Order: sequence, then structure tokens, then C-alpha cells
Amino acid sequence: MAKELLKGNHAFAEAAVRAGVEAFYGYPITPSTEFLEYMSARLPALGRVFVQAESEVAAINMVYGAACTGKRVMTASSSPGLSLMMEGISYIAGTEVPAVVVNVMRGGPGLGNIAPSQGDYYQMIKGGGHGDYFPIVLAPASVQEAIDYIGLAFDLADKYRAIVHIVVDGNMGQMMEPAELPPMREIPEKVPDWAVSGAKGREPNILTSIYIDPVDEEVTNLRLLKRWKEIEKNEVIFKEYAVEDAEYLVIGFGTAGRVASSAVREAREAGIKAGLLRPITLAPFPSQRLEELADQVKRILVVEMNSGMMLDDVIRIVKGKVPVEFYGRMGGVTPLPDEIYAEIRRVSENTGPGAEDPRDEWIPRLEKFISGEK
Amino acid sequence: MVATAEVIYQRPESFTEVHTHYCPGCTHGVAHRLVAEVIDEMGLREKTIGVAPVGCSVFAYRYFKMDFVEAAHGRAPAMATGIKRVLPDRTVFTYQGDGDLASIGIAEIMHAAGRGENITVIFINNAIYGMTGGQMAPTTLEGMKTTSSPLGRDVKLAGYPIRMAELLSNMDGSAYIVRRSMHNAANVRKSKKAIRLAFEAQERGLGFSLVELLSSCPTNWKLTPQEALDFVGEKMVPVFPLGDYKVHPTLENLKV
Ligand SMILES: Cc1ncc(C[n+]2csc(CCOP(=O)(O)OP(=O)(O)O)c2C)c(N)n1
Ligand code: SF4
Repeated sequence: MAKELLKGNHAFAEAAVRAGVEAFYGYPITPSTEFLEYMSARLPALGRVFVQAESEVAAINMVYGAACTGKRVMTASSSPGLSLMMEGISYIAGTEVPAVVVNVMRGGPGLGNIAPSQGDYYQMIKGGGHGDYFPIVLAPASVQEAIDYIGLAFDLADKYRAIVHIVVDGNMGQMMEPAELPPMREIPEKVPDWAVSGAKGREPNILTSIYIDPVDEEVTNLRLLKRWKEIEKNEVIFKEYAVEDAEYLVIGFGTAGRVASSAVREAREAGIKAGLLRPITLAPFPSQRLEELADQVKRILVVEMNSGMMLDDVIRIVKGKVPVEFYGRMGGVTPLPDEIYAEIRRVSENTGPGAEDPRDEWIPRLEKFISGEK
Repeated sequence: MVATAEVIYQRPESFTEVHTHYCPGCTHGVAHRLVAEVIDEMGLREKTIGVAPVGCSVFAYRYFKMDFVEAAHGRAPAMATGIKRVLPDRTVFTYQGDGDLASIGIAEIMHAAGRGENITVIFINNAIYGMTGGQMAPTTLEGMKTTSSPLGRDVKLAGYPIRMAELLSNMDGSAYIVRRSMHNAANVRKSKKAIRLAFEAQERGLGFSLVELLSSCPTNWKLTPQEALDFVGEKMVPVFPLGDYKVHPTLENLKV
């Protein structure tokens, strides 16, 4: 199939259709709304299910119900919508049924704004809902990557009976890019043996997240943890650029990672030995690769569109082997390649020990930068 | 002489062989049985998926011998919607208390009715939060003492009892909305007939169906089982009038 010019949200939705999604339940919210609009026309035309729910709370619980039938189901929303969905996400995780949830992240907290952000890192990666569970989180950085990883998201959800999040930001939801869609996959006829479908000729299937005896709940927690360990072993995905001889490592995901890759290229042209690590699975995080690179490079720069959330994970993994620095833009501001290039330059010239909390050195730099911008 | 025995009472096929956890005199168990009998009589067991609520009936799936899921508090109608839409030829029902349905889940129930979702809802109105130990519900009667209205429900501060059957009957998507009571044998029989019609509505694809059952909670009302049933008949029925609030024409002359 040839490349076409595709709008992010439409392309993601069509990729889900081709991956065999049988039902979409959602509620409109910028900047993810086109996803829902696209599904509202496309799914009924294919004889599949689309429901505009009364809220994100209802939408995720519809997803939960449909997921219990073993069908491929999903929803897409943006940050405030995800906050409302966290209840249902926890139930889905606790019941061990597969579902895919897309978050097109926007500026926050609160109503915030509709501009692109990565401020939901903690919420999406560390759980967000209550209880002991582990979501898989994919962070593509282009329309093509998002298309490719949506199919994988459904496969992972089915394989591990787990919740899989795809986090992108408004940039990617709204941008037009040439990309290639995969062929339409067949919808499997076979119902998984754990699914509810009517107990015809078999014992009833019961799907619940309640384990009233704490020991039973503990056994469940342990099962989820062991499954997560398997996922950590098998499913880590990342992209690298120019890391072979890198002395300065830049780490960023999604849009920030993509902008950083332009900056790294520019730095290389200027003779700075910079390289990029771009995690695609934020959970499981490419920890092992980062540990190896931390033994190789002199300094690390983390670039995010938030106040330094992945930064905390990087600091934890690097264990003080080399100084870690931070550059972030918040509130819906996307950094420009020049800003990151200037940061790489600065980092490459800095031989200081680095702050215990890299944010302490970054805050005054950002304040100065913002006052210059205004 | 040959002795013959006739079975006049037995466990419905749709029931599992376990004892329920309900308190003595609680009408949850009777309501379960009515649902099980109707599902047996209509031959629906092998195609039914039940949705249990959060409330005293959280373990309903232990007692019904059929596929079941367990919803989050109040979200059963959304979960049922998710299931019914992908499996439209299955029978899907929720079983919900008044805290679940009329408080935390009021948005989900209203919109399920608004969409004309082709599901059946068994709504247990016992005017109290049973599971959490007897707090005020949206259906608690004026002046009624609960652990969170210790001086009696003061409607000026805590609002008025909400009448769900009346509210839901205003939704165009509703096909069958009635209120019945569980306080004596005659009313239990009428309740069963209503449950039958509600499932008939679903099997005929007529839209949303709900049977509100006025029920007792002797434990949290601090009454004996008989006193509790009397309370339903004498105090609850006047506030929550029994009746047919919406009946789809197809069901009007249906003989069941
Ligand atoms: C989100 C959430 N909030 C609160 C609770 C606690 N809770 C459990 S059951 C219940 C009320 C149940 O009352 P009702 O629906 O009337 O059912 P009953 O127990 O009387 O049958 C509450 C508040 C919960 N489980 N989840
Ligand atoms: S607490 Fe009330 S509603 Fe719950 S089982 Fe006991 S009597 Fe029934």
C-alpha cells in the first residue's frame, strides 16, 4: 500500500479499525475528538459498534463490559477525560481483560488548555487508577509509528490480558503526515475461553475484580506482578540515533523525542558527539539500554514537555553514574529544535557535578528563556 | 397402591447450589429467585449475561448459574451497554441497589434508558445503603433515621427521596418501567410477572426495561423481618406508588 497524507487522529483510528477493533466507546474532548468522529462514521459502516457515551466514566465502563466478551475494544480521549476513566481502567486491570486506551495529552492540570503536553506521564505510566497494577504504555513519535504501534497495542493487550495505553500529544493528533496504513486484518471468530458470551454447554464464566479474602487478592497481585516481569523481559521497544560513539545522551519520548532528534542531528553537524535514546515503551521502560549508555556517555540531558517526570525514572536508573540534566517545556508549549540544540551545546560544555535535582538548575534557565520570549 | 410424588417447588436451574450471604428476612434473595425462575421459564440461561452491582448484591454472580460480570459502583448500565452492543442477540441484565442506581450511577441509568438500550434492569429500592452499614440513600424517606441522617432525613438539608421509575418513564427509549413491592406474597407474585414482562421486552427488542422492587433491609432498619415487610407496605408504598409507569403497546396484551 502506498503512502498517503493522513491526519494523525484519523490515521490512528483507521489503524485501529484495520487491527480489528470491534467497538469504540468515547466522549468528545479536544485534541482527540477527530478520533471519535472518524469512528462514528467508519465503524457502523463496517457493521461494528460505535457509541458516544454520556461521559468518560460511562465510556470506559462500556469498554470494560465489551472487553469482558473478548472482543477488541478501545477508547480515545485527552487528559481530563483520562482522569475520569481511571476508575474503569483500574477495574479492567483488576479483572484482567484486554483493552486499548489512547490519550492525546494536553496542557494541565485542571482544564488547562488544548495544546500538546506530556504532563500525564505519571498518571499513565505509574498507574493512575487505584491499586496494584501495571499498564503497558506506548509512546509513538510520528503518525506512521502510531499506526504501526496501534496494531501491536491490541496484540499486547490480548497476549497479556492487560490494559495498553497509547500516549501521544495534540501535535500528533492534529498533524498531517505521509504514512502507510496496514492491510485490514480478519476479525477472529473464536471467543477466548475466559470471555462471557452466555454459558452454553459449559460452566459459567465470571469476570470480576473483587477478591474479598486478602490472600486471594494478594495472589492476584502476585500474578499481575509476575506477568509484568514477563512484559519487562519481552516487550521493551526504543529507537536510537547516533549513540555508538556518543558522549552526550539526549533522552526524550513522543514529540519531545522527535524534536530532540533534529537537535541531535544539528549538534552532530556542529561536531558535538550527541546521541538520542527515544523510548517507545515508556512502560516497560528501556532501563537496561539506559544503564549501558550511562556507562558510555559523559552526561545525560532529559527533554520532556512536562516538569520532569520521566526524568525521575532516568535518575533512578542512572544511579549517579553521570550527571543528569533536564530541559522541559510545560503547559502546552512544544520546545523548538534550536532550544534543545542550545541545551545540548550547554551540556557538552558543562563539566560541573550536576545538581541533585536537575530541576533546580533548569528552573532559572527556563524563567530567563520565558522572559526573553515574552 | 403406587405412591406418586409431584414436584411443586424446586431450585431453579438458573440457581447455583450455595447458600446466599443475605441477612435473614432480606428480600434480595427472593428477588434473585424471581429472576432465576423467569430466566428458566423463558429458556434464556445459556444466552444470558448478568451484571452485578456494588452493594449487598455484589456477589449475585455466586447465586446465578450463568455468565456474569461485576461492575464498578453505579456503572452496571454502562457495562451492560458495552456487552449488549457487541453481543446483541444475548440477554443482558443488571441487578442494582438504590445507592448504586439512583445516586452514584444516576447518569449511567438515565442515559441507558435515553439510548433505549435493549437491556433489563432489576432495581432493588430498600431506601438505604445496605452494604456499607445503613447510610442514607437518595431513596431514604423523609424523617427516616440512618447512620448518616441520625436525626432523621431532613429534606431541607438532604433533599427529597428520588422516584426513579417515574423519572425513567419519561425517557423515550424506555419500553417497560414499573414499580412493584416485595412486602407480601401477592405482591411478590406481581413482581415476578413484571420481571417476566421486562425480559419479554428485551427479547422482543423493544428497548430499555426496568422493574423497581420495593424491598426490605431489616438489618439496617433495625426491624424484625416481619416489621420490615410491614414498613415497606405501610411507609414506602405511599412515597413510591406501585404501578405501571410505561408499558410498550406490544406488551400490553401479552399473556405470560
Ligand atoms: C466508588 C465507590 N464509592 C463508594 C463505595 C462504597 N459502597 C459500597 S456499596 C455502597 C452502597 C450500596 O447501597 P445500595 O446500592 O443501595 O445497595 P444495597 O447494599 O442496599 O443492596 C457504597 C456507598 C464503592 N464501593 N465505590
Ligand atoms: S444489609 Fe440489608 S440489604 Fe444487605 S443483606 Fe442485610 S438485610 Fe439485605
